Amino acid sequence: MKKVFIIVVGLLMPVLSWGAETTYPNDKIEIDWDDKASMQRGARTFVNYCMSCHSAKYSRYNRVGQDLEISDSLLLDNLIFTTDKNGNKTKVGELMTIAMTPDYAERAFGVVPPDLSLIARSRGVNWLYNYLRGFYVDETRPLGMNNGVFDKVAMPHVLVDLQGYQEVKTIMQPDGQGGEHEVIVGFELVKPGSQSKSEYDQTVHDLVAFLDYLAEPYKQTRQNVGTGVIIFLFILLILTYFLKKEYWKDIH
Amino acid sequence: MSEKSSNKGLIGWIDARFPLTKMWEEHLSKYYAPKNFNFWYFFGSLALLILVIQIVTGIFLTMHYKPDGEMAFTSVEYIMRDVDWGWLIRYLHSTGSSAFFIVVYLHMFRGVMYGSYQKPRELIWLFGMFIYLALMAEAFMGYLLPWGQMSYWGAQVIISLFGAIPVIGDDLTLWIRGDFVISDATLNRFFALHVVAVPLVLIMLVVMHILALHEVGSNNPEGIEIKNHKDENGNPLDGIPFHPYYSVKDIVGVVVFLILFSIVVFFMPEMGGYFLEHANFVPANQYQTPEHIAPVWYFTPYYAILRAVPDKLIGVILMFAAIFVLFILPWIDRGKVHSIRYRSSAYKWLLAMFVISFIGLGYLGALPLSDVRTFFARVYSIGYFGFFLGLWWISKNEKTKPVPERIQ
Amino acid sequence: MSPDGTDNNRRRFLTAATVVVGAIGTVAAAIPFVKSWNPSARTRSAGAPVEADISKIEPGGIITIKWRGKPVWVVRRDDKALSTLSEVADNLRDPESEDSIQPEYALGETRSIKPEYFIVVGICTHLGCSPSYRPNMITADFQGGFFCPCHGSKFDFSGRVYTGVPAPTNLTVPPHYYINDGLVLIGEDGVA
Repeated sequence: MKKVFIIVVGLLMPVLSWGAETTYPNDKIEIDWDDKASMQRGARTFVNYCMSCHSAKYSRYNRVGQDLEISDSLLLDNLIFTTDKNGNKTKVGELMTIAMTPDYAERAFGVVPPDLSLIARSRGVNWLYNYLRGFYVDETRPLGMNNGVFDKVAMPHVLVDLQGYQEVKTIMQPDGQGGEHEVIVGFELVKPGSQSKSEYDQTVHDLVAFLDYLAEPYKQTRQNVGTGVIIFLFILLILTYFLKKEYWKDIH
Repeated sequence: MSEKSSNKGLIGWIDARFPLTKMWEEHLSKYYAPKNFNFWYFFGSLALLILVIQIVTGIFLTMHYKPDGEMAFTSVEYIMRDVDWGWLIRYLHSTGSSAFFIVVYLHMFRGVMYGSYQKPRELIWLFGMFIYLALMAEAFMGYLLPWGQMSYWGAQVIISLFGAIPVIGDDLTLWIRGDFVISDATLNRFFALHVVAVPLVLIMLVVMHILALHEVGSNNPEGIEIKNHKDENGNPLDGIPFHPYYSVKDIVGVVVFLILFSIVVFFMPEMGGYFLEHANFVPANQYQTPEHIAPVWYFTPYYAILRAVPDKLIGVILMFAAIFVLFILPWIDRGKVHSIRYRSSAYKWLLAMFVISFIGLGYLGALPLSDVRTFFARVYSIGYFGFFLGLWWISKNEKTKPVPERIQ
Repeated sequence: MSPDGTDNNRRRFLTAATVVVGAIGTVAAAIPFVKSWNPSARTRSAGAPVEADISKIEPGGIITIKWRGKPVWVVRRDDKALSTLSEVADNLRDPESEDSIQPEYALGETRSIKPEYFIVVGICTHLGCSPSYRPNMITADFQGGFFCPCHGSKFDFSGRVYTGVPAPTNLTVPPHYYINDGLVLIGEDGVA
């Protein structure tokens, strides 16, 4: 049996190696789901900066309010800036949609800005954290900006007033096939924004925390229920185990 | 349980009109199963449990789901967010599909290991294989319903496989889709098949699988017939009534399974992107293929075989052959000894090779292509088919160990 | 212990305990499925309170507001209609609205906060048809009000049901409050 195991591992070895891709920045973050204040700040950044173009159309304002401990009146004053088709202010129970139509967006930007309800589940929080901090000046691009994580990105850097402008530092690295390619190794702030680097990192962290919440609002409920269910099942396991042992005393 | 039941009261009244007690006895309280079932014998009843979970959660999902190209993705998110407890019902169903395959693969491996497909249990194996086939159809069509990018492009690739069939291929794919691409029409028919047609077939096959099993009786890890040695009442000496002994034992297995299942459902429903893939959180877009598409993990072994072959038609043929060859396993194996415990070491090496190949293929099928991986996929594909060829070869004059008469 | 060495008491106890705990688990597992039939967040959002602009209703006129998929009427009763309320009391099944549904602030003969404006759910309490507004249908035993075409139930200008018709109770008055003179919010009690 041991021999077989060694052979299994040996035969699987060569396929375990992954092609490592290098993008910059490449930091990792942890989202603290109990830090509602962080998510509230993120929600505010989201509605102010993202929701002009991006919807969160599977989510409802009052659900966000309930989960992040924001009252309905605070929601109306601080988070809801949209109106319905009759010009009335969006109600707290409504979905977080935007007025911009996909057709218009496509003509304006060339691509339709994706809905962000689930972006943290499709892209992952680390990618988002790096992406939002990865814009750098690149005069060859139509908007004068490129991104270290998402090359030739169409989205403008909407947070540039906060972060400021940064330029890219690159080195040449062998690409493994005889040639060389440019690799980003760092950024240099050339024109500061209204926030320091650590403040900006925190702003992005908060925003990503909110997006993570938005992608799966019921996550904490899920885990709480799960804990209860598993504890219950362990009690049942003890009972059924002794029941089985009791009956199997008959079998010799 | 002769003639009329001796029961009085309500049960007696029913027994005079419906074989309630008779069925209870035949399938549970007087169904004698070998007393030496081990760990591997949990997976049959677990598969049945998952079938029930899938049917119940599936029924409740259809109450909120909309099989419409415009609304399908939204309705899934509606279930996840707006419907009370909808997230739980959906995660149970999505995790259940993967759990079904895990359990079924282990159940099938048990059958191979202890020779449960051999005479006189060929039909049980065949019904089981048809269940497996129906399950693959069910899973494939169900995976289209969330209408995410993976749903869409996975279905696109698999339906295109039929295009490799000479002459009728293109017309056939068009007919399956009902459109020039996967579309609302495809979604709607897959929904009908997924929620009505295939489940009916599955339930019917499961009933036949169990009836056939209870006709010939269960195999066991020793691979010997308990019916050869009976007591004065005609009951097998090495058998015990399924109920209560295996019902209480299986319940322990059920609870252990539910604990593991709950850990996934409540704490890792995406299972790192294997049970719910990241790209499937993006709505289907027929103009943009995701960077890397792979089928869900339970199809990846076959997908890897498909990709290992440089010719489209031959690849498709080999992929289907990989499934078909399992059907004829009872006739490939010419051996008389059932259990791995008494078979030759050549058999054990072959089986080890098969397991490595199957897992290796499954692993490779989930990864993007590269030269090294294609090479290994070919090696494993040879290993996969090599098992069946080798088994046919060695089982003719296999050097087996002496098989005991009775279960110790 | 029985002679063959099995402890039947222990066996019975364990069986019973497993059955009970298992049953609790099954019931608990059923709860999410039962609750999934509750109105969803979408439905609840669509059923949120609605504002009605009542400033433009003519005396004797009526407007219909949609609230939770049901018609809600706002009737501006003129003096003539109001004067009938006490006259018809003897012909009503539940003149004091004791068995009918209305908020506490809408009790009494007018069943409204302001006598002039009567706000009511336009669904017959018999089998759910929507009655019609008949201010001028005056017969020997009917002084005008609402008439249900399905089974002939009659209601006065306060939605109170007449005797001798199938509807069992008065029309339902929904919770509501005045935001200002011309604007009323239907579906929510005012802040006390």
